Amino acid sequence: MATATQYRVIGTRPIRPDGYGKVTGKDQYGADVILPGMLYCKVLRSPHPHAIIKAIDVSKALALPGVMAVVTGDDLPRIESSEKVSSGEETIEARFMTALCLAQDKVYFKGQPVAAVAATSLATAQEALSLIEVEYEPLPVVDDVLEAMKEDAPLLHGDLYTESLAGKGSKPSNIAGRVEHARGDVDKGMAEADVVIEREFRTQMVHQGYIEPTNSTAYVAPDGRITIWTSTQGAWDIRNQVATILQIPEGMIRVIPMEIGGGFGGKFTAYLDPVVVLLSQKTGRPVKAVMTRAEVFQATGPSSGTYIRLKIGAKRDGTLVAADAFMVYDAGAFPGSPVGGASVTGLSPYNIPNFKILGFDVVTNRPRVKAYRAPGATAIAFAVETVLDEIAERLGIDPVDLRLKNAVGPGDRMTNGVPYPSIGFRELLTAVKEHPHYNAPLEGKWVGRGFAAGFWMNGSGVSTVHLTFNTDGTVNLIEGSTDIGGTRATMAQIVAEELWLEMEEVKPMVGDTQIVGFNDGTGGSRTTYSTGVAVWKACQNAIAEFKVRAARMLEVDAEEIVFEAGDFKVKGHPDRSVNIREVIRNLRHTGGHFEAVGVSGGLKMAPAFGASLVDLAVDPETGKVEILRWTQFQDVGKAIHPSYVEGQLQGGAAQGIGWALYEEYIFRDGHMLNPTFLDYRLPTALDLPMIDTCIIEVPASDGPYGVRGVGEVSIVPPPAAIANAIYRATGVRMNELPMTSERVWRAMSQRQSRVEQEAS
Amino acid sequence: MLGKVVVRAVLNGQECEFLADPRQTLLEVLREELHLTGTKEGCGNGNCGACTVIVNGRPVNSCLMLAVQAQDAVIETVEGLARGSKLHPLQQVFLEEAALQCGICTPGFLMAAKALLDVNPDPTEAEVRHYLAGNLCRCTGYDKIVRAVLKAAQVLREESEKAAEVSA
Ligand code: FES
Ligand code: FES
Repeated sequence: MATATQYRVIGTRPIRPDGYGKVTGKDQYGADVILPGMLYCKVLRSPHPHAIIKAIDVSKALALPGVMAVVTGDDLPRIESSEKVSSGEETIEARFMTALCLAQDKVYFKGQPVAAVAATSLATAQEALSLIEVEYEPLPVVDDVLEAMKEDAPLLHGDLYTESLAGKGSKPSNIAGRVEHARGDVDKGMAEADVVIEREFRTQMVHQGYIEPTNSTAYVAPDGRITIWTSTQGAWDIRNQVATILQIPEGMIRVIPMEIGGGFGGKFTAYLDPVVVLLSQKTGRPVKAVMTRAEVFQATGPSSGTYIRLKIGAKRDGTLVAADAFMVYDAGAFPGSPVGGASVTGLSPYNIPNFKILGFDVVTNRPRVKAYRAPGATAIAFAVETVLDEIAERLGIDPVDLRLKNAVGPGDRMTNGVPYPSIGFRELLTAVKEHPHYNAPLEGKWVGRGFAAGFWMNGSGVSTVHLTFNTDGTVNLIEGSTDIGGTRATMAQIVAEELWLEMEEVKPMVGDTQIVGFNDGTGGSRTTYSTGVAVWKACQNAIAEFKVRAARMLEVDAEEIVFEAGDFKVKGHPDRSVNIREVIRNLRHTGGHFEAVGVSGGLKMAPAFGASLVDLAVDPETGKVEILRWTQFQDVGKAIHPSYVEGQLQGGAAQGIGWALYEEYIFRDGHMLNPTFLDYRLPTALDLPMIDTCIIEVPASDGPYGVRGVGEVSIVPPPAAIANAIYRATGVRMNELPMTSERVWRAMSQRQSRVEQEAS
Repeated sequence: MLGKVVVRAVLNGQECEFLADPRQTLLEVLREELHLTGTKEGCGNGNCGACTVIVNGRPVNSCLMLAVQAQDAVIETVEGLARGSKLHPLQQVFLEEAALQCGICTPGFLMAAKALLDVNPDPTEAEVRHYLAGNLCRCTGYDKIVRAVLKAAQVLREESEKAAEVSA
């Protein structure tokens, strides 16, 4: 493998090959699919957050001209077992997946699908929904996690028992799961501490907010074979879910991942796919469904709202001695919050001899949550990183120094006991300290600088890629990883690097479930890492075969051939060589065409650390926060295409800023009050400054070039960094997200009246 | 219910006629009837800008405009931005500057940015941010988009200076 200084293509910034289709509007995203005779699907959704479905009458809808079919939960097989299906970074019980597609007997959240229509036009499908009669018996609603944990809370599921290491609970509960990690003796540790800070935190549900609404189109051929065109991060996940929900063998299903307009963890779930398949089965025609934005908000996974209580103790010199974390994560209607992710991230960046982490996964009458960029990590980091800031302030220690003093290194252990492979947290913190932003003066009233760090494990999983070769000497690269942010470019760069070709000579594409071998989805920051390894392996396999072919062309034994700088040379005879392009052009004469396959799996963890540094101003009259300067730091191992690495850092930071300042689901009795982009406010170009990035490259333990996944960790530190900066600017510690103008203003007013009271 | 209405307009430089149901939005007609799916739908209620097209020189959320309102209008969509296979400088610079990740917001940004540069060839960063505030991007944090628009403005200015020199 080449060393850092020798790369020709890795680390450069070529134009992404798929970009042309995107800037010209020619690329097909899921909603752009238009097929002959296609019908339009609309979904009827529950107006109640919790109710029994007593009866559904679809006869009037069916009688409407243009309506071709109506389906309800009765059309889906009933799954009684607790069989699970994979859905990106989590697994979910198949019966709950069924309920997310079409409710059977009962609805658990407002917006849950109850029936679906296929009609010749969108307007007709819409009109038909109003003709479906559903009789509900509303049930008591619980839409708050702490309420849901109480003994007398309304129960969502009669058959849900708390799962933990100790086994299953004895009576039904809204507490679906309990995670626990511990080390040392917390009481003893706290007793030894010179300063102990204990705080409570609340965060609200937030949505992934991908701009492309969830969609799916399906066609079922007369022989039963199913084709699905959909917007997904994981075509194989969708195939598995559809097969399980509909009880159809996977081999009957082909999932074609279309161009995808953002996912962030939220597009691993077959919300619509089984429904359009059912409707196509009934009508024999292709059926397309596209959600409205309100449906996306109310019926596709947001990230959990949380309640966190955290206590950390430190010695006078800044050494952390004990931590106690109590976390409740809202799963929404069905179990599966990312509390597990929270339990192994928030405190893992620091060596703490004594800690106890207790986390609960709790169901409520809200939309079922889904993974969102570093799932679980952002809320707990908000707690940990603000408490550390407070400790640093109490002890008069620089906040970065406090982290450096306690930072983990290779061989140290995460909270779950797993030892770290190569990591670059200390290098990252050092880079922050030396950065011009950290050392720039910041003066004035109502301005402050804040810092916070973040950690994410990063996934690996399985990837398969194929290389095929063209008679003009070029190479086709077929990957199965959905490309959301430029992976066709980065994967092509690896091929160009390894085979000594130019970027333009590599033709990447994303294949579907029938074109390329198995692939886990694009999530968990795994694609550049794991698919990158598969591409690298495919290249090595190709080179091995090319040596045989070159040997034939040069009339020597294959063992005598070496591959150097794009040429296959006879050892000891540098003048006798053939270029790789020649070998590719002549494949059919030297033994026939072949394809090179690369499969990755079982890679070591390649964790990512990141940090945010922010300068901001707070308007004392309104509490409005204005971001003045932002630098996002991250250890990326090796940046293959630096522009898209920077893009991941900037995009994650922007999402973190949205989570920190604007975004939240507002509920009243289980009804979301703000399901539009007007009332659920994403950051706009006007809200943000340029987002500077500082890329640190500490090679990962495994895989080519030392690369690490880069997608997720950038969302983790921003809320805490902003809270810490607000404190510097105003003297108030914010412990609730989002830190809206109103909340900041209230906190400032309360502080003001406290100060005045103390003075009088 | 009224029947379909014939709408005459100039679409990407071509005179055209299409049928529109009076309740259909311009966005729906562009996408589902004329199969110009380059214009995207992100929200359907005027809050994301993915559906931005230029109508009579102004950027419009096509999800908020009825197709029948386009009678006699001059409409520009992303499909009309390139001249043959020559990209518009905005398109070229968006690619060079990596101003897109998933790309779903890109057509809307390109059209909004074109509308801006058509009337203000030398905008400041603040003006760009203000003008593009109606277009949401969830992937990029806007940094590279804003830089690309500023750079495209410069390219366009240089091009028109050159053209002026040639004609002088
Ligand atoms: S689709 Fe028109 S503004 Fe969002
Ligand atoms: S690039 Fe994905 S929304 Fe802008």
